[in-house]
Amino acid sequence: MKARIHIYLKPGVLDPQGSAVAHSLNHLGFEEVSAARQGKLIELDLETADAEEAEARVKEMCDKLLANPVIENYDIELSA
Amino acid sequence: MKTAVIVFPGSNCDRDAADALERVTGTPAEMVWHEDTTLPDGLDLVMVPGGFSYGDYLRSGAIAARSPIMRDVVKKAGDGTPVLGVCNGFQILIETGLLPGALMRNAGLRFVCERTPLSVETTNSMFTRAYTDQHEVLFPVAHHDGNYFADEETLARLEGDGRVAFRYLANPNGSIHDIAGITNEAGNVLGMMPHPERAVDETHGGTHGRGVFESLLGGQK
Repeated sequence: MKARIHIYLKPGVLDPQGSAVAHSLNHLGFEEVSAARQGKLIELDLETADAEEAEARVKEMCDKLLANPVIENYDIELSA
Repeated sequence: MKTAVIVFPGSNCDRDAADALERVTGTPAEMVWHEDTTLPDGLDLVMVPGGFSYGDYLRSGAIAARSPIMRDVVKKAGDGTPVLGVCNGFQILIETGLLPGALMRNAGLRFVCERTPLSVETTNSMFTRAYTDQHEVLFPVAHHDGNYFADEETLARLEGDGRVAFRYLANPNGSIHDIAGITNEAGNVLGMMPHPERAVDETHGGTHGRGVFESLLGGQK
C-alpha cells in the first residue's frame, strides 16, 4: 500500500516562498496567478493491506513527525 | 558549573558553544552525542547548539528533536535543569515542544548573516539577570529559518508572562512581535536565534554574549 501525504501551510500563515513563486510567475507573463502557496508531498510505501489501520498509523506519523501542527495541515491519500 | 553541549550530525556551533562555556565557567563542557540516551548527572546547563542538524531535512530541527538524547533533555528540562537552545538549537527545542510556536523561512527569503541589535526584554530570568545595566546588545545572527510565528493566544501568553527574553531592534527575518528569544513557562528553558556564544571575546567583535553565560553562572554557588 502507498500513502501520499500532502502537507501545506494553514490559512493565515504567511508563506513568503509561495509569494515569491507567484511574483515570479507574474514576471513570466502569467498575470492570472494572484497567489501561490507552497507545500510538501511525502510518499510512503507501507507493508500493510489494512487501509483503516494504515490511515490511523499515517495520521500518527503526521502528528508525531511529518507535519508541524502549529503551522501546517495535511491530507492523507492511500492507494493499493 | 557543569555544562553539556549536544552534538548532532550537522551541528556546527557545538565547538563555539563549548569554547564560550569554558571561557566563562572555567570548566570544559561535556560533549554529548545525539545517539546517547542519557545526559551526565548533575548538569547546570544543557546547550543545544546551532548548525544544520540532519541537513535541515523535513523542517529545521524536526529530526534532531526526535533523536534519542532529546528525550532525556526534555525530561531533565521538566525537572528544572536549565536548557539553552541557540539558532538550530532554538528550532530543535520548538520541535520538541519545550517552547511554543514555530520558526519559519525568513520573510525576505534570504539567509541572514550579520550582527544585529537586540533589546534585553527582561532581567528577571536566569539567562539574562546579568544584563542589569545593559538594555541593548549586539549579537551575531546566521540563519535561514528564524521567522518566529505563534498564534495570538500563545503570543498573548508569552507577552503577558514576560517570556520574551530578547527582541530585535532591526527585525532581520520577519519574526512576529520582533521576537528573537523566548523562555518556557517555568523559565529554565531559553531558545533564541541570535548567537551569544559567538560574542564572548574581543576577537569576536564584541562580548555582549557573555552576559547570558554569566547570568547562569551567577546563580551557581
